[in-house]
Amino acid sequence: MTAPDEAAGSDRRKEPAGSDCRKEPAGSDRRKEAAMNGRGEEAAVNGRGESEVVLKLEGVVKTFPGVRALDGVELEVRAGEVHCLLGQNGAGKSTLIKILAGVHHADEGSISLLGRPFAPASPQAAMRAGIATIYQELDLVDELSVAENAFLGHEESRGGFLRRRATAARTREILGRLGHPQIPPRRLVRSLPAAGKQIVSMARALSHDAKLIVMDEPSAVLAHDEVENLFRIIRELTSHGIAVIYISHRLEEIRDIGDRVTVLKDGRTTAANLPARDTPTRELVSRMTGRTIEYVFPPRAAAARGKPLLEVEGLTREGEFADASLTVRAGEIVGIAGLVGSGRSELLETIFGARRADAGTVRVDGKVIRSIGAAVRHGVGMAPEERKSQALLLDEPIYRNMTLSSFSGYARGGFTDAGREREAALRTADQLELRPRDVSRPVRTLSGGNQQKVVVGRWLLDKTKLLLLDEPTRGVDVGARAELYQVIHDLAAGGVGVLLVSSEVPEVLGLADRVLVMREGHLIHEAPADEIDEDTVLDLVMAGSLMEGEPA
Amino acid sequence: MTDQSTKPGVPAQSPPVDAGVAASLPRQSWWKSDGADPVRRNLGLVGVLVVLVIIGIVTRPELYGDAGWVTDNVWTILQQASAIGVVTVGMTFVIIGGGIDLSVGAIVAVAGVWSTTLATQSYGTAGMIFTAIVVGVVVGLINGVLISYGKLVPFIATLAMMVAARGLAAQISGKQTQVSSNTTINDIASTKILGIPMLVIILALVVAAGWVLLNRTTFGRRTVAVGGNVEAARLAGINVRLHTVLLYALSGLCCGIAAIMLTSQATSAQAAMANLYELDAIAAAIIGGTLLSGGRGTIIGALFGVLVFSTITNLFAINNLSTEVQNMVKGGIIVAAVLVQQFRYRSLTQLFGRKPTS
Repeated sequence: MTAPDEAAGSDRRKEPAGSDCRKEPAGSDRRKEAAMNGRGEEAAVNGRGESEVVLKLEGVVKTFPGVRALDGVELEVRAGEVHCLLGQNGAGKSTLIKILAGVHHADEGSISLLGRPFAPASPQAAMRAGIATIYQELDLVDELSVAENAFLGHEESRGGFLRRRATAARTREILGRLGHPQIPPRRLVRSLPAAGKQIVSMARALSHDAKLIVMDEPSAVLAHDEVENLFRIIRELTSHGIAVIYISHRLEEIRDIGDRVTVLKDGRTTAANLPARDTPTRELVSRMTGRTIEYVFPPRAAAARGKPLLEVEGLTREGEFADASLTVRAGEIVGIAGLVGSGRSELLETIFGARRADAGTVRVDGKVIRSIGAAVRHGVGMAPEERKSQALLLDEPIYRNMTLSSFSGYARGGFTDAGREREAALRTADQLELRPRDVSRPVRTLSGGNQQKVVVGRWLLDKTKLLLLDEPTRGVDVGARAELYQVIHDLAAGGVGVLLVSSEVPEVLGLADRVLVMREGHLIHEAPADEIDEDTVLDLVMAGSLMEGEPA
Repeated sequence: MTDQSTKPGVPAQSPPVDAGVAASLPRQSWWKSDGADPVRRNLGLVGVLVVLVIIGIVTRPELYGDAGWVTDNVWTILQQASAIGVVTVGMTFVIIGGGIDLSVGAIVAVAGVWSTTLATQSYGTAGMIFTAIVVGVVVGLINGVLISYGKLVPFIATLAMMVAARGLAAQISGKQTQVSSNTTINDIASTKILGIPMLVIILALVVAAGWVLLNRTTFGRRTVAVGGNVEAARLAGINVRLHTVLLYALSGLCCGIAAIMLTSQATSAQAAMANLYELDAIAAAIIGGTLLSGGRGTIIGALFGVLVFSTITNLFAINNLSTEVQNMVKGGIIVAAVLVQQFRYRSLTQLFGRKPTS
């Protein structure tokens, strides 16, 4: 490690101590800014090329039959930097990660790691060479302990017997370095929350003495305050000269944590080594999409408010949420802002009838709803949080996924009518600008954004009156997001009521007519979207500070 | 929207996609498409059958020289496959729906024994058939209710039923072989229509009905949905519990039909009948390409699986070889079939790039 790096590192280490802002949310933004300024200077240091190049890719090509997944990727990652990789779904990020992780092998081009050619024969070889990958869907074994997971595949052993105590001790030491000495090494990973599992994944990377850690959308599974913690850990890692490749769809995160940005589009590097803080959003977006998105949120025509469609009164589920009351009118978009764990997804699922309420009522068009069957019959649809595990049959064709809730309606006397289903699905696919347009393809082959369109399309087909959307844009790239937003607006304009849950406050504010804030199982605030700003919502979401001393 | 554009493989205009990954696959011939996958798989099993027949010809050329014997032997193989084939159709539905039914052999035994008690036989042919089918369906319903509403794991629930139903069969029959004196039932096995044995016709009808039910009805669609992703099915408004109950009832129904067929073949029923049918049926479904974790499978493949087994049995019989060796070969075939399928699935995914690239 070079001297400037050391200096930069020590600078950086001070930052987290000061930016522990969770107890004082009002100050969080200012602190964040301070942290970012500090990091900006370091980026400049890195930018001058004074730290060592860890990883260099030149003209990397990877072809799958029929698909040129990578078509000339250039990438340069230096020690101690956070290098962000931007690109839409399908741009080739996952393929690139898999090549670095030793899952795939590049067909052409050169890859060098620390100056030596790098062509790992297997994931184990990549690990040994010093590249650790933290996948979005964490590859941990739930039934093993934290320590066993951290050292999975290279267990501490003597003569075939595990050295449990030594493993635990080393794990404890690594967790300490990650700032989480409180995680017990012998605890089963199953019992940890998503953020804890991610830390175990990072512990595994450190147990291999990784020089470069690739993180694929690490924030996607985290709530807002957990992301702050993740960033603190990343800063700690980079201060020790470890390089990080950070992949995220959230531009604000990239500005916060990133040093440099490389943009991929259609398997090609369209821009390399842009400064993460100073590159205008419009430029990043245009590099990613080849077009500029002026307004991410479509202009909202004043909603013609219809009659109350959904009336929820005093809905309660022990330990999840209590006494939730809300109304959604026809043609209205209501957004719920809240952290993961605030009970928002549980509330949505209970309204849909997927969970049984302990108390309270849900009425749609004045009729009480108690089961999913009743909800669907009364025109309620839901796009759940976990697309793949809760909504899709990945190996089934697109059209069958779209008609999953309505195929009985196309059937005659119990016999399905695939022709009519395809026709209807294709109409919806065009309405949603689904790509590719071939509805006979298995859903597995679609990008995240298009998979989400299939889930939403399901309820468009079903003549839904009320749509419940749980994190509709998670893992969806910027371009597809804008299209989804437009779809949601069009639905509302057509008289559909929408109840939306999102971790991303700007999304709630930009989409909804009315905003509800949920915190620790209670709906603590309600306001028209144009009468509340992001900071206020964030404060409420994180600490409920405006309501302090008042009954929730 | 033109009709044309909705036909698979005949896009009216090329899809409006951006270049690169989204454009993805070039047009493939139908043969290489996903839709043809079950057909390719079944052809593999047909290949196995051909090999078995060739082994038969090589080892007993004198028998295969006699055309009359060959015809009779084909019918023998199919008749041997008939009862287990019917059970396998039900089993295939249960497995595609994400479950497993270990109690099928025992259900056949209860249905067979119950329908051949002296009391039941006094109600005549209709009474016997009705009893076998009702007993099969009711036991299947009990399985389904235990699994759906009692939240028992299918393996455990049907394992318990397997033990209990055999016990019930022994209790009813007093461990005696119950001879059927109903000539109509007994004649089923020896009747031929247009030269085709009645049992083979029943098998063909059940297979055809099963194929239509799986591929062309809402019931079949629900089965694939429930087995493929139970949470997605539930959140789409499918009544998963009810459907699970119906799947086990369907399996029970098939067992009831098989009980009549076996009773007819043996002109009797006993508590030990259809021994180990559960294992044969599961094995046939699996080598026929049904995914043990659910969500994917074919009826025709399962039928070929059954035929492979009964052809092997026949091959050993005409060569006067022991059943011990036969069972070892069967075990090997199960492993080989699954290995080949895994290899094929992997190579297909690689060859045709059926993987999301980002």
